[in-house]
Amino acid sequence: MTSPKRIGKIEFGLLSPKQIRDMSVCKVIWPDTYDDDGFPYPKGLMDPSLGVIDPGLRCKTCGQKQGDCPGHFGHIDLAKPVIHVGYTRLIRKLLRITCRDCGRLLLDKEEIEKFSALEDDPYSAETIGEKDVKKERVCPYCGEQQYKINFEKPTSFVEVISVVDENTGKTIKTEQKLTSADIRERLERITDDDLRLLGIDPDVARPEWAVLTVLPVPPVTVRPSIILENGQRSEDDLTHKLVDIIRINQRFRENQDAGAPQLIIEDLWELLQYHVTTYLDNEVAGCPPARHRSGRPLKTLSQRLKGKDGRFRGSLSGKRVNFSARTVISPDPNLSVGEVGVPLAIANEMSVPVRVTKQNIEDIRAMIRIGPHRPTLRDPCGANYVNRPDGRRIRLIAGPEGNCDTVAEMIEPGWKIDRQLRDGDIVLFNRQPSLHRMSIMSHRIKVMNGRTFRLNPAVCPPYNADFDGDEMNLHVPQTEEARAEAELLVAVQENILSPRFGAPIIGGLHDHISGIFILTNQTKWYTKSEFLYLLKYTKMDKMPEPGKIVDGVPYWSNKQAFSVILPKDVSMFYKATCCQNCNPCTKDSEAGCPNDAFVRIVDGELLCGTIDKKSVGAMDGTILNRIIRLHGTRRARDYIDDLTKLSIRAIMLNGFSYGINDTDLGKNEHKQIRDVLDQAESDAAQKISIFEQGHLEPMPGRTPEETLELQLMSQLGKARDRTGDIASRHLGFENSSVVMAVSGARGSMLNMAQMAGCIGQQAVRGERLSRGYEDRTLPHFKRGDKGAGAHGFVRNSYKSGLTPTEFFFHAIGGREGLVDTAVRTSQSGYLQRRMINALQDLKVAYDGTVRSTGGKIIQFVYGEDGTDPAKSASGQPVDVKGIAESVLKEEI
Amino acid sequence: MTRLNVLLHEMVPDHQIMTGEEVTDLLKTFDISEDQLPKIYHDDPAIKACGGKPGNVIRIIRKSQTAGEATSYRLVVRRPKK
Repeated sequence: MTSPKRIGKIEFGLLSPKQIRDMSVCKVIWPDTYDDDGFPYPKGLMDPSLGVIDPGLRCKTCGQKQGDCPGHFGHIDLAKPVIHVGYTRLIRKLLRITCRDCGRLLLDKEEIEKFSALEDDPYSAETIGEKDVKKERVCPYCGEQQYKINFEKPTSFVEVISVVDENTGKTIKTEQKLTSADIRERLERITDDDLRLLGIDPDVARPEWAVLTVLPVPPVTVRPSIILENGQRSEDDLTHKLVDIIRINQRFRENQDAGAPQLIIEDLWELLQYHVTTYLDNEVAGCPPARHRSGRPLKTLSQRLKGKDGRFRGSLSGKRVNFSARTVISPDPNLSVGEVGVPLAIANEMSVPVRVTKQNIEDIRAMIRIGPHRPTLRDPCGANYVNRPDGRRIRLIAGPEGNCDTVAEMIEPGWKIDRQLRDGDIVLFNRQPSLHRMSIMSHRIKVMNGRTFRLNPAVCPPYNADFDGDEMNLHVPQTEEARAEAELLVAVQENILSPRFGAPIIGGLHDHISGIFILTNQTKWYTKSEFLYLLKYTKMDKMPEPGKIVDGVPYWSNKQAFSVILPKDVSMFYKATCCQNCNPCTKDSEAGCPNDAFVRIVDGELLCGTIDKKSVGAMDGTILNRIIRLHGTRRARDYIDDLTKLSIRAIMLNGFSYGINDTDLGKNEHKQIRDVLDQAESDAAQKISIFEQGHLEPMPGRTPEETLELQLMSQLGKARDRTGDIASRHLGFENSSVVMAVSGARGSMLNMAQMAGCIGQQAVRGERLSRGYEDRTLPHFKRGDKGAGAHGFVRNSYKSGLTPTEFFFHAIGGREGLVDTAVRTSQSGYLQRRMINALQDLKVAYDGTVRSTGGKIIQFVYGEDGTDPAKSASGQPVDVKGIAESVLKEEI
Repeated sequence: MTRLNVLLHEMVPDHQIMTGEEVTDLLKTFDISEDQLPKIYHDDPAIKACGGKPGNVIRIIRKSQTAGEATSYRLVVRRPKK
């Protein structure tokens, strides 16, 4: 396979003075733009032959109108040559490696031989660098002594001439500045053959062309002047700079002709060099940037191209689109995960093109009659524009003076209208930064009141969205093909499985997990009305048989409630998040797991076990994973909708809250915690005294100081953990933070320990705090105090409150985390940019190979194994255990 | 000083120089020209050890966690100077 066009070679060259003159249509000699009557000066910077920017006028050169005329170059003849800043490196190299007199390369034949091209490949020539030529040698061709050439930023070159004094034998060094004219002369002397050895093609890039004698003046279309509201003309930055150049050039020439003293000539020359330099690049090192009258640095040629908002990254790679909307997002758990709520105002503004046919003409007439203003949600959608087959576009105008009714009568098959959005239209929904493909997914819209986009909280993880003011973008596909792709490839349900780890990325979060945990943990019995309350909003078509009947009253179990939303052929066996890893595990005993942490699902019936993060959480979701494999993505989407609704009902049935008194402990616990911490601090003090007496046994490979630090860290860490244990023993499953930590909904046992027990040791880079003042962290401690409290051990809890020193230490430890995240995001952002630039055009070809656009093979089999990671089982090609268990319906 | 043969190291995959016939076959199966193959420098330690010369095509057989064995092919090219 070959691509249709292949680049054979690219030639980079310099514009020669002749080329510049040939392409020029006008020699610009006046620094003025427009006269008082608003007409451009002939031979001025806005000469009409340079192109047209005013509508209605015709170009003097090509006769075309504005928009068609591309503009034409002019030129300025410089009074004296001036160095081009972009080529100072090249000039420096050439001056250093060629003879100052004869211009030959300062290498003899044998040396050149080493560098010459291999016979078969002219491009393999090793180009000669500055380091290959020894400094201050003698020219092998003419015998001229060479001198050191210093380059001074931004554009001057100095030759250091060293002469050995015959009488004293000392070397005397004198610096001699090389003028641009000298440099140009030297560059002219370099022979074509020598240039080829240096990898320069003299036909397209003679080095003396890097010293400008003629300056091209870009067409006016490149630097259009704008007319302000007050009728004043405001010129482009480039024009301003060109005015400066011409003005100085003129003065220079006058002084030169009048035979001005050398000093004045040199000053003017330097000034001309400065203006040309800043015209080309206004951010050169060692050169103050040219400024606008307001003090703003001018945006000159190089600035137009460079950087994020430059021509390449800003204008060519970056695109803006129509049919897009952006607003704040907010949650709506009643929407399906595949839907998005769109404000009416946005739905009225955005449109989808529809072709009028015999079949739909009446519907479309109705839309046109409604026109551009759909008053309420319940109204059918209207239309904003009507496009006639002849290309004319009619804007629909509402109201009695509007044209809606007349246009509605005019339409016939073949016309197209721009219909407003309505429920069920498919749109792309996106949140920046778009780091993975799930950052853009397609949703079906639901038009809503209000001003925000609404989305189901369960789709937050793939977008990494929350509702603290996040905004998201929405795009409306305009063609049938785009809509088909949006539906089949980009839909939310098609992206439940993440290609990142081959497991669902969408799933329950926070309250969903707490709720389903509360519902399914242990065994609970519900009456019919409670059972129906739980499952009111799920798609249950038939009540299951009651689990037990007591005194003629039927009861349904909590496990039955969950089983309702499961497909009937799911069989799974696994440990839930709340498993405590008891040893030995008692899951197979008569009584079963005491925590109810072993999940058994047979034929869609939850027999035992608790449903928590492992089962339904985002990025875990083992059940969801199985449902996708068994029943496909749509069933999985419905399951997520059912699950979120059931879990929220479940959490509402019990109620779930958290307050300051949820961290309350008894008197007994407080005493225990105090004892543990006192013990830990006295142990630490004891360790320190052993160390100070020099009796501490160092660990292998460590100094006694390091050993002490490590032992103190682990000792104090253990003390913190023990306070946590004391606290959690007191707080049971009726405590919300325990429920959240055990079920995996949010937070951890450590967080709880820090709230109720003890915050513990603060650390920077894994070590106790030690910096600050001389031999101490704060002036509150004695110098050299190695005790726990003096090095960042916080013995209080968040609830009991911190002492001032503890607070300070905690802030130190907290800052490290903040700095880490700040550094990581910027670094990973840059990594991402480079990765995308490197990989953006690769695709998997039909033969399974990964190829670049040139048909070059990158991988012979995609990912070495040809597996779609989204279809893998958490990275493994086949989920043997899962398949076997679901067939055998028993644990293996 | 004993020189280490990198090919014997556990983490260096098997490098084989392909015959001309094998190369034509390879290019035919993937419908590519030689310059569309991935490349490897002539002074790569593994190429130096197996004796590959610029223009040779090397078959590299790697162990793969998921696929068992993964084969890829590389064209030996001269490292451009500098």
